[in-house]
Amino acid sequence: MGNKKLSLKKLVQFYDEVLSLPHKNEIARELRDEDDLFLLLIYSDMLGIPNPAFYYTLELYPYIIEKFHDWHLRMGMEKSPLDGIRCC
Amino acid sequence: MSGIWLAIAGIIIFALGYKYYSKFIAEKIYRLDPNYVTPAHKYEDGVDFVPTNKFVLWGHHFTSVAGAAPIVGPAIAVYWGWLPAILWVLLGTVFAAGVHDFGTLVLSVRNKGQSMGTLASKLIGERAKKLFLFIILLLVLMVNAVFAWVIANLFISFPASVVSVFIQIPLAVWIGYSVYKKKGSMLLPSVVALGVMYLAAIVASYVPVLQIDLVKYFGGEGATTFMGANATSMAFFVWIVVLMVYVYIASTLPVWKLLQPRDYINSHQLLVGLGLLYLGLLFTNPEVTAPVSNAQADVSWFPLLFITIACGAISGFHGLVSSGTTSKQLNNEKEARFVGYLGAVGEGSLALIAIIAVITFFPTAGEFSATYSSFTEASGAGLTVFIQGAAQLATGLGIPSVVASTIVSVIIVSFAATTLDSSVRLMRYIISELGTEYNFKPLTKAHVATTAAVVSSAALTLIPQGPKGFGSGGYLLWPLFGTSNQLLAGISLLLISIWLKRLGRNYWPTLIPMLFIMFMTLWAMIDQVITEWAPWAAGSDWLLFSFGAIILVFTIWILLTAASALLNGKDNNIEKSA
Repeated sequence: MGNKKLSLKKLVQFYDEVLSLPHKNEIARELRDEDDLFLLLIYSDMLGIPNPAFYYTLELYPYIIEKFHDWHLRMGMEKSPLDGIRCC
Repeated sequence: MSGIWLAIAGIIIFALGYKYYSKFIAEKIYRLDPNYVTPAHKYEDGVDFVPTNKFVLWGHHFTSVAGAAPIVGPAIAVYWGWLPAILWVLLGTVFAAGVHDFGTLVLSVRNKGQSMGTLASKLIGERAKKLFLFIILLLVLMVNAVFAWVIANLFISFPASVVSVFIQIPLAVWIGYSVYKKKGSMLLPSVVALGVMYLAAIVASYVPVLQIDLVKYFGGEGATTFMGANATSMAFFVWIVVLMVYVYIASTLPVWKLLQPRDYINSHQLLVGLGLLYLGLLFTNPEVTAPVSNAQADVSWFPLLFITIACGAISGFHGLVSSGTTSKQLNNEKEARFVGYLGAVGEGSLALIAIIAVITFFPTAGEFSATYSSFTEASGAGLTVFIQGAAQLATGLGIPSVVASTIVSVIIVSFAATTLDSSVRLMRYIISELGTEYNFKPLTKAHVATTAAVVSSAALTLIPQGPKGFGSGGYLLWPLFGTSNQLLAGISLLLISIWLKRLGRNYWPTLIPMLFIMFMTLWAMIDQVITEWAPWAAGSDWLLFSFGAIILVFTIWILLTAASALLNGKDNNIEKSA
C-alpha cells in the first residue's frame, strides 16, 4: 500500500514536471533578465557610466564575480570588457 | 467491424515502427552516440539549455506538438473512405513523421541546438534563411486564419462552449500571477480551473441563457443584419474580431502571465480528450459504418489526401519544436529516438482516434455519405462530425451526450486557441525579423508587427465565402495550410538528407519521404490552382489562386535548391563528427 502511494505521488510529480517545464524556463529567463539589469547597474562604473552607489555596490563584487563571464557573453561581448576582471 | 480493431492494429503498427524502424534509423542512419556531449550539457544555463529526463521531455514535446490540426485534417479526409486516411496516418507516421521529428532533433543536437532556420542557412546558404522565414510566415498566416475559423465555427455550432472557454482566461491570469508570486506548483490550481471550466460547460449545456448564441441574437439563421450581411456572417465577423483582439493582447503580454498557465490547463485537456476517446472507444465498442473507400468522390483522393491530412501523418511544425526547444534539453543523444520518434507517434495516435470517432459516428453508411456528399461539404462538416462522434464515444463513460459534445468542443477550442496564440506570437517575431533583414524599421516594433499579424490573419479568415456567407468559408484554406506545413516538413527532411550525404551516410530513408511529400504537395497544388481556383476554372477564387500560386513558386524554388544542394558537395561548417 505504501509503495502504491509512493508511486502515485511520483506519477503526479512527473506529470507536474512535464507540464511546468516551459513555465519554469520562462520564469528563469525573466529572473535572469532582471539579474542582467542588476549586474549592469553594478558594473556601470567600470563601464564608464557614473554610479552614485559605487561605494556600496563594490561590496557585492565577490558575490557576482562568478556570474560575470556568462553575463558579458549574454550581453554580446565575446571578451571581458573590463581590465580588472580577466575571465577569458 | 469494431472500431477497437482499427485502434489495436494502428497501435501495433506504431509499436513495430518504433521497435524496429526507429532502431534501424538510430543505429545505421543517425548513428546516435551515447557519449556525445549534448548542447543541454555543453551550454547548460538553467534557462534554455537544461538536461531533462527523457520521459518529461517527451511529455513536453508531445503536448507542444499535439493540437487541433491532427483532428481537423483526418475528420475531413475520411471523405475518401477510412482506409486511405488510416493508411496515410499509419505509414506517414512510421516512415515520414517519425524520421522527420527524430532527424530534426538529432540534426539540431549535433549543431549546438540551433533552429532549422539557422541550419538551413548553414547547409544551403544565406538565402535559404529568408526562404525559410517566408515559408514559416505563410504557414503561421494559414494557421491563424484556419484556427480562428475553427474557433468561431465551434462557438456558433456549440454556443454552450463559449462561457467555459472565456472563464479560462481570468483563471489562467490568476494562476500565472499566483505561481509567479508564490513560486508554488501550478498543478492544483490548474486542476481546480479545469473543474470550474467543465462545471460551466455542464451548466451551460442545460441552461440556454448561458449559451452565447450570436446567430440567435442576430435574429436566427437567414435573418439580415447590418450592411445586408446574414446573421451567421455577422456572428463569424463578431467572433473573429473578438478572437483577434484577444490574441493581440495575449501575444504581446509576457508568456508567463497568460499563455503558459493556459497551456498548462490545456495540457490536462489533452489527457482528458485522449482518455475520453480511447476509453470511450473501449466501453462503447462502436461499429465502423463509414465506407472503406469512396468510388463516387467528386475530387480524387490522390494526391489531395496527402495535404488534407498534414499533422497526424507528417508536420513541418514539429521540426520547429524539435530544433527550437527540445534539442536544447536532451540529456543524452540516445534519447533522441524516444523523444523524437515517439513524439510523432503520439500525434499519429491522436489522428487515428479522430478518424475512428468520425467513421463510427453514423448509424449507417448512407447517412455518412449524405453528410460527406462532396469534398466541400466534408471540409465544412468534418469538425462538427468529429465532435459529435467523440461525444458519442464519451457517452460510453456515462457522460450525457449534450454535456459530452460541449466538453469536446471546449477541448477542441482550447487546442485551437493555444495554437492561435502561439502562432500569432510567432508571426509577430517573423515579421520583426523580416523587418530587420530588409532594414524596414517600423516592422521591428512589437505593436506594429502584432497589428500586421492580427489584421492580415483576420482578413484572411473573413474573405473566403462559404455557403453561409463571408467568414464561414475558412475551411477552404485548409489545403493551403496542409501544403505549407508539408512544404516545411519537406525542407527539413531535405536538410537532414544533405547533412547525411555530407557525412557519407545512407540518406535514402530521409530523401524518399522528402521526395514523396514534395511530389504530392506540388501535384496537389498544381491540380488545385489550375483546375479549381484559377480564374478560368469552375470554382474560381482569386484569394486561393494567389496563395496557391505563391506556394507553388516556393515549392519549385525549394526543389531547385534541393537539387543544387544535394549535387553540390561543397564543404560547410556543420557538425561532422560521427
